[in-house]
Amino acid sequence: MTIDKNNYSRRDFFKKSGAIAGSVLFASILSPFKPVYAIEEPKGKGKWYGIGIDIDKCIGCASCARACKNENDVPLEPFFFRNWIEQYTITNDGEIKVSSPNGGIDGFKQILPEKDIYKTFFVPKMCNHCAKSPCTQVCPVGASFETEEGLALVDQSYCIGCGYCVQACPYGCRYMHPEKHVVDKCTLCYHRLQKGLDPACMMACPTGARIYGDLHDKNSSIVKFVKENNCVVLKPQLNTGAKLYYNSLSQEVH
Amino acid sequence: MPIQVKRLLIAFALFFIVFFILVYFLFPESWGDIGPYRSLALKEIADKEPKYVDTESCTMCHDSIANLKNDGEHKSINCQTCHGVGYKHVNEPETNKMDIPKGRDFCARCHALNAARPKNIIKQVDVNEHNKGEECVSCHNPHKP
Ligand code: HEC
Ligand code: HEC
Ligand code: HEC
Ligand code: HEC
Repeated sequence: MTIDKNNYSRRDFFKKSGAIAGSVLFASILSPFKPVYAIEEPKGKGKWYGIGIDIDKCIGCASCARACKNENDVPLEPFFFRNWIEQYTITNDGEIKVSSPNGGIDGFKQILPEKDIYKTFFVPKMCNHCAKSPCTQVCPVGASFETEEGLALVDQSYCIGCGYCVQACPYGCRYMHPEKHVVDKCTLCYHRLQKGLDPACMMACPTGARIYGDLHDKNSSIVKFVKENNCVVLKPQLNTGAKLYYNSLSQEVH
Repeated sequence: MPIQVKRLLIAFALFFIVFFILVYFLFPESWGDIGPYRSLALKEIADKEPKYVDTESCTMCHDSIANLKNDGEHKSINCQTCHGVGYKHVNEPETNKMDIPKGRDFCARCHALNAARPKNIIKQVDVNEHNKGEECVSCHNPHKP
């Protein structure tokens, strides 16, 4: 099939060029209004961070919690944490006790003599950097967001400090900063990642119980960890798309 | 065109004009460049100075201690896990001292007996019994225990 060139008159040509020029001009006028129409879902073709916790290796020293507070200027007094450790103690009667003295920073004491304990273990907790994070969805001003790398971050200069996200996080991973009056949370040390350094908690762990890496990279340590261990996430029934994987986690943990 | 529709159209037009004026002035710079947020915030977060420095920088000046540590059981522990953040010390070591951990409680963080600590990962002692009253470092070199 060939195209009949004679069908196009000069008038048609001018009409079409005019229409194209006009729409380009129109689009350029619209560009300041891009926030209204040009929002795309982040696609995440590059890195996609995940975190692993090897419960079998955690000794409950809370070096991670200390390092996090130092690195990120988290207030030192209790109850403000980006990451912390809990000790679960399950008695022979099936009672579950959870202790976390100042997030573990004050040091753990075995609360029961060994003969009364059925099972006890440490559970380090931190932001799950969920792929479908409930916390970013509730932000009324768009100050909480997920980056293309799968990190849930807070834009602190834009946050109005309403605290909805603190309520929305099912894992309790956000807190209201007592001086800045905005929400603060784990960034997986975004500032360190961008400079090629490991996050402070990963660096401080003496036993290699904390693992992180790119879930898209088949050779990364996190993919290896998830593949080789039978991993679970916390509260899977909430469908948050959590990316904090625990191996050999007891079902009592929530 | 009926007058009602005309009025409705005018109302709509006004609404959109006001809406776009508000959008123009209220949305911050760089909003929506990547996603529904201020992409400049990423840069602001990334610009923060790290406080825990690379471990290699300690080795530069303290190579004998670093070698000692890398020979011993404490090789997996970062210097700054025990000595605190190093970003000031590495530039001006004379004026900015690192923490020197003191006392039995410091070692007890990791070595105190606790049933939750996996025995194959860390050796534990009863801190109340094991050579009571003496500093741990008087017998154990912290860099090569
Ligand atoms: C530029 C060289 C340099 C680098 C890099 C450096 N130090 Fe030092 N450090 C020194 C010097 C010099 C002293 C002795 C200072 C003094 O006694 O006044 C010292 C002293 C110390 C002390 C003892 C402080 C005291 O009060 O006696 C510790 C602990 C220490 N350094 C740890 C570290 C660690 C951990 C790192 C890595 C983060 C590090 N240093 C990196 C030069 C360095
Ligand atoms: C297990 C924790 C631990 C680690 C890891 C550690 N230190 Fe120390 N370091 C100590 C303690 C405890 C002392 C105090 C010893 C004393 O009081 O005699 C000390 C003392 C020092 C001192 C001053 C005293 C001296 O011996 O000259 C320097 C310098 C030092 N450390 C450097 C380092 C460097 C560099 C590294 C990393 C290669 C490192 N330390 C890793 C626990 C640690
Ligand atoms: C951050 C946690 C941490 C701190 C603090 C710490 N250690 Fe260790 N220590 C370890 C780890 C991890 C090992 C290696 C695992 C193992 O074999 O026990 C170890 C090994 C040891 C060993 C060798 C055990 C063996 O025979 O294999 C001794 C002894 C020891 N530490 C003493 C000390 C003393 C003394 C201090 C205080 C100055 C101290 N540790 C502080 C984590 C720590
Ligand atoms: C009087 C010297 C002395 C003091 C003080 C001392 N230790 Fe020891 N420690 C030893 C000796 C000797 C051994 C090795 C013999 C043994 O296994 O009991 C040892 C062994 C250890 C071990 C390895 C245990 C094992 O199962 O192999 C650890 C961990 C340890 N000490 C930690 C500490 C801590 C923590 C402190 C401070 C609270 C401390 N020590 C204080 C002398 C001392």
